[in-house]
Amino acid sequence: MIRFDHATKSYPGGTVAVDDLQLEAPTGQITVLVGPSGCGKTTSLRMINRMIEPTSGKVWLDDTDTASMPAHELRRQIGYVIQHAGLFPHRTIVDNVATVPFLLGTDKKQARARSMELLERVGLDPAFAKRYPAQLSGGQQQRVGVARALAADPPVMLMDEPFSAVDPVVRDQLQDEFLRLQSDLGKTIVFVTHDIDEAIKLGDQVAVLRVGGTLAQLATPRELLSRPVDAFVAGFVGRDRGYRALGFTQSGSLRTHEEPTVTLGDPLPSGSDRDWVLVVDAAGAPQGWLHLGDQPRGAVVEDRMLYRGGTLATQGGTLRAALDACLSSPSGRGVVVDEAGRLIGTVTAREVLDLIESQGTPS
Amino acid sequence: MAPGGALVIGDVVGWLTDPAHWQSTPFDTGILGQLGAHVWFCLIALVIALVISLPLGLWIGHTGKATWLVTVANAVRALPTVGVLVLLVVIIAPNFYGRTNAGYLIPTEIVLVLLAVPPILSNAYAGVQNVSPAVRDAAFGMGMTGPQVLLRVELPNALPLIFSGFRSATLQVIATATIASYVTLGGLGRFIYDGLAQQDYPQMISGGLLVAALALAADLLLALAQRYTVSRGITGRAGRQAGSDSRVAVLNEELASETA
Repeated sequence: MIRFDHATKSYPGGTVAVDDLQLEAPTGQITVLVGPSGCGKTTSLRMINRMIEPTSGKVWLDDTDTASMPAHELRRQIGYVIQHAGLFPHRTIVDNVATVPFLLGTDKKQARARSMELLERVGLDPAFAKRYPAQLSGGQQQRVGVARALAADPPVMLMDEPFSAVDPVVRDQLQDEFLRLQSDLGKTIVFVTHDIDEAIKLGDQVAVLRVGGTLAQLATPRELLSRPVDAFVAGFVGRDRGYRALGFTQSGSLRTHEEPTVTLGDPLPSGSDRDWVLVVDAAGAPQGWLHLGDQPRGAVVEDRMLYRGGTLATQGGTLRAALDACLSSPSGRGVVVDEAGRLIGTVTAREVLDLIESQGTPS
Repeated sequence: MAPGGALVIGDVVGWLTDPAHWQSTPFDTGILGQLGAHVWFCLIALVIALVISLPLGLWIGHTGKATWLVTVANAVRALPTVGVLVLLVVIIAPNFYGRTNAGYLIPTEIVLVLLAVPPILSNAYAGVQNVSPAVRDAAFGMGMTGPQVLLRVELPNALPLIFSGFRSATLQVIATATIASYVTLGGLGRFIYDGLAQQDYPQMISGGLLVAALALAADLLLALAQRYTVSRGITGRAGRQAGSDSRVAVLNEELASETA
């Protein structure tokens, strides 16, 4: 557990970066600090490992006052991941990861062997171990940054916009892997971001800070979307709140309809009364929709004929995914698949909306 | 002019390849002897300059304090070398008159050190300064102490610039050490000044060539040292597309031997 106890950071000249912050980051959970530029979120984070010293107030790590030990000893017990990874350019990847174990005097071979495990754990090929940071892409460097923070197995991790400098696709991937990693490791994590979507996706609880360094609201992501405390939080949380809140509600077992399909490479079905036919591959995984009226008679179903705009909902997934599958499908029928990606059936938007209404307003 | 030019080149080659010019006699110091003296003057100056300016430059870069020292050191570059040398000889030499050549050696070394300090100091400072803020932040955030950040992160990353400063200092010192001969000391400058005085141009040109050769040799040596001390991660010599398969194999072998 990390606890801010009336922590304040002000600078000569009167600027207050963090104002009397009281906040608790529970053990084993992800607490996200989010807010606009100048809200003091990074300053707050850096007060935990004393990269910035509070002007007044205290920060507690469980029952220890962080000010009660030398800063470098405190920092060795806290994992630290920053925006541009900050890998040491002169060290190989494996030695970068082993930084803290080396500082703690761990045997070199042992530290390197553990680093290799960690690299694999964050999804990096061991072939990267002997390379240098400059040889890696931004996303790969960030994985190394995470591995380095985990190297000494610290109970606490601080992450300062770790995924903001990579492209959206890689970011999404890194976020998913990060959540998977966290479900294994159960670290106490404080995570700073300016991206409310990232905050809602990753946080067990989200602290919204406002400019001037005060806490506007501390809540679970779901609560934040449904009950913002004031106009600032409501504005910051942004549009589409109702729709996004559906992302927290499981669809449960959707009652699906059987959907006639055609397999790639087979001849076009004749005599179908529907405009759109779902195309699957040999394994039964949906590939896209086929518009029958556009195709010559007797043609074979080919890849290039497919409309691929529709999203897929997974059985047991969220209402948001189910609704989106319906809305994005050209036939109006949302495709539902199982965990392995095989077709289960289709559902209509009307049915999903009925399900939403039957569950009451999301809260 | 062509035949005359050819004549001079031939004379220079003749002068340089005359074995008599390489050996010392009781009356005259040969090329090898003067080369040794020249190297000795340069080594003293470079070692002193390095001991003063490298730690100082690293410290200024690390702390960001006293950056005016770098400015002052660079201003010193503007001093006229020969003028300072003569001035120092006038002041210092009488104290040693007739006993040793220290009265001339000390002023010469001071002048050479003054010449070598600015490039080493400012490059060491710039090298540390140029370390990316994210890297420095990470180093402290991992729990390195100030000296650990300096020695384990900032110094290795500043090495390319430090080397370039030291190499430029070395070139300047080797070239300028010829002025030792101007104040009666030996060194390769001897041939230049004697050649000039005696209108023995092959000797004078040979002296210049020898200085240039020494400077090139020293630079080559330092380039080699740089190649082996600077991390491949910084020089960019670690190829981006290096064959990963062989690397995996090597690594697996290493790991196997490590866990064994």
